[in-house]
Amino acid sequence: MDLALAPETLARWQFGITTVYHFLFVPLTISLAALTAGLQTAWVRTEKEKYLRATKFWGKLFLINIAMGVVTGIVQEFQFGMNWSDYSRFVGDIFGAPLAFEALIAFFFESTFIGLWIFGWDKLPKKIHLACIWMVSIGTILSAYFILAANSWMQHPVGYKINKAKGRAELTDFWAVLTQNTALSQAFHTLSAAFLTGGAFMVGIAAYHLARKKHIREMKTSLRLGLVTVVIAGLLTAISGDTLGKVMFKQQPMKMAAAEALWDGQKPAPFSIFAYGDVERGHNTVAIEIPGLLSFLADDDFTSYVPGINDVNKAEQQKFGPGDYRPNIPVAFWGFRWMIGFGMSSFALGLAGLWLTRKKFMLPQHLRVGEDEVPHLVLFKNKALSPKLTPWYWRIATWTLAFPLIANSWGWIFTEMGRQPWVVYGVLQTRHAVSPGVSQGEVLTSMIVLTSLYAILAVVEVKLLAKYVKAGPPELTEADLNPPTKIGGDTRDADKPMAFSY
Amino acid sequence: MELHDVWFVLIAVLWTGYFFLEGFDFGVGILTKLLARNRPERRVLINTIGPVWDGNEVWLLTAGGATFAAFPDWYATLFSGFYLPLLVILVCLIVRGVAFEYRAKRPEENWQRNWETAIFWTSLIPAFLWGVAFGNIVWGVKIDRHFEYVGSVWDLLNPYALLGGLVTLTLFTFHGAVFTALKTVGDIRVRARKLALRVGLVTAVVALGFLLWTQAHSGDGKSLVALVVAVAALAAALVANQFGREGWAFALSGVTIVAAVAMLFLSLFPNVMPSTLNGDWSLTVTNASSSPYTLKIMTWLAAIATPLVLLYQGWTYWVFRKRIGTQHIAPDAAAGAAH
Repeated sequence: MDLALAPETLARWQFGITTVYHFLFVPLTISLAALTAGLQTAWVRTEKEKYLRATKFWGKLFLINIAMGVVTGIVQEFQFGMNWSDYSRFVGDIFGAPLAFEALIAFFFESTFIGLWIFGWDKLPKKIHLACIWMVSIGTILSAYFILAANSWMQHPVGYKINKAKGRAELTDFWAVLTQNTALSQAFHTLSAAFLTGGAFMVGIAAYHLARKKHIREMKTSLRLGLVTVVIAGLLTAISGDTLGKVMFKQQPMKMAAAEALWDGQKPAPFSIFAYGDVERGHNTVAIEIPGLLSFLADDDFTSYVPGINDVNKAEQQKFGPGDYRPNIPVAFWGFRWMIGFGMSSFALGLAGLWLTRKKFMLPQHLRVGEDEVPHLVLFKNKALSPKLTPWYWRIATWTLAFPLIANSWGWIFTEMGRQPWVVYGVLQTRHAVSPGVSQGEVLTSMIVLTSLYAILAVVEVKLLAKYVKAGPPELTEADLNPPTKIGGDTRDADKPMAFSY
Repeated sequence: MELHDVWFVLIAVLWTGYFFLEGFDFGVGILTKLLARNRPERRVLINTIGPVWDGNEVWLLTAGGATFAAFPDWYATLFSGFYLPLLVILVCLIVRGVAFEYRAKRPEENWQRNWETAIFWTSLIPAFLWGVAFGNIVWGVKIDRHFEYVGSVWDLLNPYALLGGLVTLTLFTFHGAVFTALKTVGDIRVRARKLALRVGLVTAVVALGFLLWTQAHSGDGKSLVALVVAVAALAAALVANQFGREGWAFALSGVTIVAAVAMLFLSLFPNVMPSTLNGDWSLTVTNASSSPYTLKIMTWLAAIATPLVLLYQGWTYWVFRKRIGTQHIAPDAAAGAAH
């Protein structure tokens, strides 16, 4: 059979495509739920209309996203059984439990309260309605945690034993699966990156409107909220990334060696900024390096030894038998760099934005004409430079809106491909995980069908987002400003038209 | 009762919950073409399930996740074996979810009509295919000694399973019509009741045929009781519907679904997926289940989480307990400009 179209290759491509696509929506959903909840809280506390308008604006974009996140999530659950049935048989005893927890604890929560939030504007008192969006937010975070615990088990299996008679891995310590350091640091890293994503999304869209001098009040608020989110989340992403990296150096030395294109172990080991190598012969032909930095990243010590790809490959051959235990090295090397590069550029932009829009620079009295004056970012209070630079900041901020999404995607591609040829590191190889009974034609069909469907939906989604982004925050109605005081809506307006629904 | 038996029951409960709940929202989706005459009416129908369909669908995800965790081999055989039908169901569920959320996000009539057509087909097709899938699970399929499904997709489309598909399709449509009568006011409510009678009579015929066939093939005393309950509840639902007792009619169409699913699982036990090639190769609650430790953790989870889920999902239905009609659809909203 042509290797390029082998069911294993197709199933891997399908998993990659559907997962990366699903993960475009997940981080936005997680962060926008919390940010929308924050804005709605501000409205309930201050009763300022700009917060309600901002809530409805970001809430709408959040809903457009979560719709796609939810439906593409169903595919994820189904394809373990469809394409990876031998994986499911082998690890179901362990891997299935966090999935069931996710469904019973997080999904039900999320999906029930989102219905209440969408349709509850004129049915629930203010504070209960607010509680609903917070419930959704908690649901999204719990859901992420269970999935990341399940994935972490694939990266670093713990709390299990192999049952030879049944030919499978069995759970011995569920608590260990949920709380091992891989799961904790991966959740920390992924969740902070999710907030970096939502923050950059908010900053980008606010910048778009501010550049056009529209919806100033709401967008100024959103810009500040977005910038603060980007900076805090960016910092946490970097810290957690470092933590996760150190965990990985211990647990998956091959992945990290590949991420650095470090062929042979060194003491101290350099961090490579650029590398071009010969995979077959196992060395780099060109490399630009910072001495000692990799040792520090791996071990907090500039002089310690870091094993290279060739060393780990030999060690694994001795342990697991003959074979090639190297992942795709260029993908790991560049995926790792793109993840860091795109993520950290957003962080830098957020930092710059936050500094440039400090209160005293944001809208200096002497530059303010009317209430809705566009905020100029006054660099060093330089009146001549500022009007030239400000539009550039808005433009760059709008362009870089998608940077964290790119970083997230490469982060996952690196994490998952860096683990190859293992599906469960050191326990089960990917080629032993596919469904033996599923034909090449079936996998090919589903890959074509799902990929084309995803492509069509992507176009629809982006167009719809663009439409609502351009439209800006909605006008408020009487009903919006006077929510009911009791559950189920007020009896006096039983025949009132529904305000917020499909 | 051992833990794997408990989990067999719990998975039956999850599927029952799924068919009870998503059953009526599939039904309402089908009625958007069968019952609604214009855009405001279609929107009324969609709004009756708007706040709840997403929560209903999670019952499926939970049934899937629980099967994965409690019976990995069942999950693996079922999902890899029923590959293409599941792909079709997946595509439907994706398009359906997006259709509900995106339909009113643009005012153009074309845009909305396309999503409405999508809602109709993506409700109808899974409503049919779930019956086909369960028909095959109960009857048994070609499973080899390694628990692999070795039949083709055509083997899944046998007369018994196709009849099962008709049962779920008509039963869910009936359940949805009764639900619509319960949740609406005005003309649409009257017509929903009339339609419920017609669909209900068809349902009675196909359901009776399918359940008797099941009983003859793999039934026992207990499944016979469930069969009688299902048929009696369906008849009572039709009577209640005729007398305009919509709450009773809906509860009874719900009982019909519960009893029918119970009957299928009763006739399945202790198998979870029989092999038609060799009885020794059948997947059973013992040979397909997870380890006792995993089942114990899952039991704790279910014991704590399930009552909570029922509580807050129930609360949702209570919050949105009012009937709605075309007068509740603002004129601009009927044209689509939901803000």
